[in-house]
Amino acid sequence: MNIVVCIKQVPNTNEVKLDPKTGTLIREGVPSIINPDDKAGLEAALRLKDAQGAHVTVLSMGPPQADAALREALAMGADEAVLVTDRAFGGADTWATAHTIAAALKKLPFDLIITGRQAIDGDTAQVGPQIAENLNLPNISYAEDIKVEGDYVTVKRQFEDRYHIVKVKMPCLITALSELNEPRYMTPGGIFDAYRAKEVKVITRQDLDVQDGDIGLKGSPTRVVQTFTKSPKAAGTLVNNLNPQEAAEYMLEKLREKFII
Amino acid sequence: MDFTLSKEHQMARTLFKEFAEKEIKPYAQEIDEEERFPAEALEKMRKYKFMGIPYAKELGGAGCDTLTYEMCIEEICKVCATTGTMLSAHTSLGTWPIVKYGTPEQKAKYLPKLCTGEYLGAFALTEPNAGTDSSAQQTKAVLDGDHYVINGSKIFITNGGYADTYIVFAMTDKSKGNHGISAFIVEKTFPGFSVGKKEKKMGIRGSSTCELIFNNCIVPKENLLGQEGKGFVVAMTTLDNGRVGIAAQALGIAEGALDETVKYVNERKQFGRPLSKFQNTQFEIADMATKVKAAQLLMYRAAVAEDTQKVYSEEAAMAKLYCASTAMDVTTRCLQLHGGYGYTREYPIERMMRDAKITEIYEGTSEVQKMVIAKYALK
Amino acid sequence: MDIQEYKGVYVFIQQVDNQVAGVSHELLGKAKELAAKMETEVTAILLGSGVSALCADLASYGADKIVMVDNKDLELYSTKPYAYAMCSVIEKYKPAVVLYGATAIGRDLAPRVAARVRTGLTADCTKLDVADDGTKNLRMTRPAFGGNIMATIVCPEYRPQMATVRPGVMQKIKPVADAKVPVDNLAVAIPASEKDVEILDVVKKESHKMDIQDAKILVSGGRGMGCPENFGILEDCAKTLGGTVSSSRACVDAGWVEKDIQVGQTGKTVRPNLYLACGISGAIQHLAGMEESDVIIAVNKDEGAPIFEVADFGVVGDATKIIPLFTEEVKKALAERKK
Repeated sequence: MNIVVCIKQVPNTNEVKLDPKTGTLIREGVPSIINPDDKAGLEAALRLKDAQGAHVTVLSMGPPQADAALREALAMGADEAVLVTDRAFGGADTWATAHTIAAALKKLPFDLIITGRQAIDGDTAQVGPQIAENLNLPNISYAEDIKVEGDYVTVKRQFEDRYHIVKVKMPCLITALSELNEPRYMTPGGIFDAYRAKEVKVITRQDLDVQDGDIGLKGSPTRVVQTFTKSPKAAGTLVNNLNPQEAAEYMLEKLREKFII
Repeated sequence: MDFTLSKEHQMARTLFKEFAEKEIKPYAQEIDEEERFPAEALEKMRKYKFMGIPYAKELGGAGCDTLTYEMCIEEICKVCATTGTMLSAHTSLGTWPIVKYGTPEQKAKYLPKLCTGEYLGAFALTEPNAGTDSSAQQTKAVLDGDHYVINGSKIFITNGGYADTYIVFAMTDKSKGNHGISAFIVEKTFPGFSVGKKEKKMGIRGSSTCELIFNNCIVPKENLLGQEGKGFVVAMTTLDNGRVGIAAQALGIAEGALDETVKYVNERKQFGRPLSKFQNTQFEIADMATKVKAAQLLMYRAAVAEDTQKVYSEEAAMAKLYCASTAMDVTTRCLQLHGGYGYTREYPIERMMRDAKITEIYEGTSEVQKMVIAKYALK
Repeated sequence: MDIQEYKGVYVFIQQVDNQVAGVSHELLGKAKELAAKMETEVTAILLGSGVSALCADLASYGADKIVMVDNKDLELYSTKPYAYAMCSVIEKYKPAVVLYGATAIGRDLAPRVAARVRTGLTADCTKLDVADDGTKNLRMTRPAFGGNIMATIVCPEYRPQMATVRPGVMQKIKPVADAKVPVDNLAVAIPASEKDVEILDVVKKESHKMDIQDAKILVSGGRGMGCPENFGILEDCAKTLGGTVSSSRACVDAGWVEKDIQVGQTGKTVRPNLYLACGISGAIQHLAGMEESDVIIAVNKDEGAPIFEVADFGVVGDATKIIPLFTEEVKKALAERKK
């Protein structure tokens, strides 16, 4: 079984801070990580590999620095890594990104494609289903559990108040939730192998069968016209000199003032 | 000269840091309080193949290098010196002598198990009357046909009671002093071997430190490590390598204390402003940060020397001497910056200070390191 | 593509078990406002099986027109059959705008539809507006970078302009009684090739609790509560106030509480009348999910906690000590009122 896991290198948004003076994002020094949902997808693939044998390829579209995310995936146990990178792909929105990744996937053998549900920098959850559409594959989003039997995959698909247990014939695409599992660590030996014994295969614009109008900024239907940081709400009152009983009474008084009770 | 780490070393450091934060730090205080062996950490370090980091894949190791291994000790000791001690005693002292001096048969028999952590290793040199002076060994080994019979006892043995194999030193010819010492691989199941009293210690309290008792202990002849009478060389070279590990441990403790303190002085307010705004705090932090960086450079130099030089005793001794004194100094000053809170067990600083002290003592005291360094410096 | 051909604001109506999702009502409310600015109408797209009874409800919440695809194959939500039906509607009616709830269904369906009809899609919007530069383009604003920045996005050259919108953000209108609107019953045959996923079972999650997005009062606990047992204090308080308990991400990650009561960027956006934050420090991801609440009261030991920056009233202190006393005070006050 060939499994391709699509991963994205993202800034660790938990560590993104705002410049208190300018209100702009401080991106410097923010470490890059494998997007958590994608990492759960990779773990799911590695577990299938451990349990029943599989060839796991990781694929990432991004700038050359995304190499580090792919090496990390190799160090966790992936067999092969592919970096889809080209200036021509820059500025892509989810439509153009999915179109490009789908074109790259056509160059690889796969039975199962796993992507994360969404990336923590964009939070769109769009690229997974859109890759499936481009490849004309069925997609199962929000997977909390994945089982493979023969040519079929059974997935526990999460909704807000319920699950669907669904069965689909491979090839297909699944989007994974970080709740799916606890991803394994790399191993020290795996890290050395990832850098010294393995290669990251690079796919560029000229390797892909795509139209210029369908990739990068040009192929993107959406445009970002403005970005801004949220204006903070005016500060309220803060009391720090009350004992617990006084504090309780103070809170009740405020509820009354606001007609909440 | 390039002071940047390679990409693989950087990634390894990220791994060790995350692993230490998530898997070891949550237990650190509990292990100290309860003086409990860090079994959970050992299980996880086995799973992620941390037990033979510097050794070749052919031997069952991870195929990394000494620097990677020492960074692992460093990062783990930032949050829990006890766990670092266990790993360092296993890798540097319990496994290294077999890698270096083992016969092909000994390597094939023991290294795959030690490097995967199926076996935990330990090292037994110290005796009640033979600390720094190893020639005063009283444990004796007598050849009797196809086996040696060992009698005597060892003390202060790290991983004692939990280890599966012990590198044990014993006199095969008492009359020759250091040249009469031989090294053996002793399995915990050998007849006549037992574990005695467990020490109660000031620091690294979760590390198991035990007495070992040899009462007509039967050790097969093929478990002699190196040649008969060459045990002193085995011991001394193992300690050179072990000292880099203790340097890494001491460095980690100092860095961990500094990290905690930077966090504390930014949060804690007195006289209406964070402690970090006071010049005394700034000068203390600046001074400590500089010392810690110097210690790190010495430790990394020793780690690289171990892989590239035949002899690195001087580098190892300097690294251990300086890292250990830095650990003691930095933890003491960090505790002072914490004030009364630092003296309580609510904060990890007092534990780090207690843990730091041992690094000036074991695997050669600071004074022994100075003896080694002086030998080179006065040449 | 002649974008002038595309007209009207359409809302994908999410129904599960023949119940319209709250977010769909909210979107009809918002669509009405957008349609007014665009000088057009609001159309509800209703997909399902045996759903015609829902039309009256949609009319009362602001739909001017309804397009219904009533088909046995749409009884349970499945990506490709639903995408096929949506694309059929879009092809026939050429809407200028299509809105979806940013739910587990909407966020799966909308991207698939967008890829198929080759148009843009903006996810998880928190604000929608119409450009006043003459284009009347839809301006879609959404958080990114974990809520640290907001981005406004347009889709100028492709139609329909599509967005998913976070539940709980838009306001539904007051339902109009007895509203009646025209219903187009569109017959769509779902091809066999779209039905390649088999639903073996539907398992409902056990939940007796009120959805935190529907609650008027939320008593929310963070790491400062110390241990899962202390959530009992919050339950008691919430019960007294007639609200429910929610939580920060830290407590979900620690396994203290279920994920479905998590507020924030990776949880739910809430907008209750009262948000009582107990032992929550207020990471930006958390603030993103609750700062629109009408009144925020925060209790936290740390004077410097960011939660105090959004709180209307902040109390520095230990929530585990203060909240039980507060609950008693509220009980007393309520008892007095009954007298």
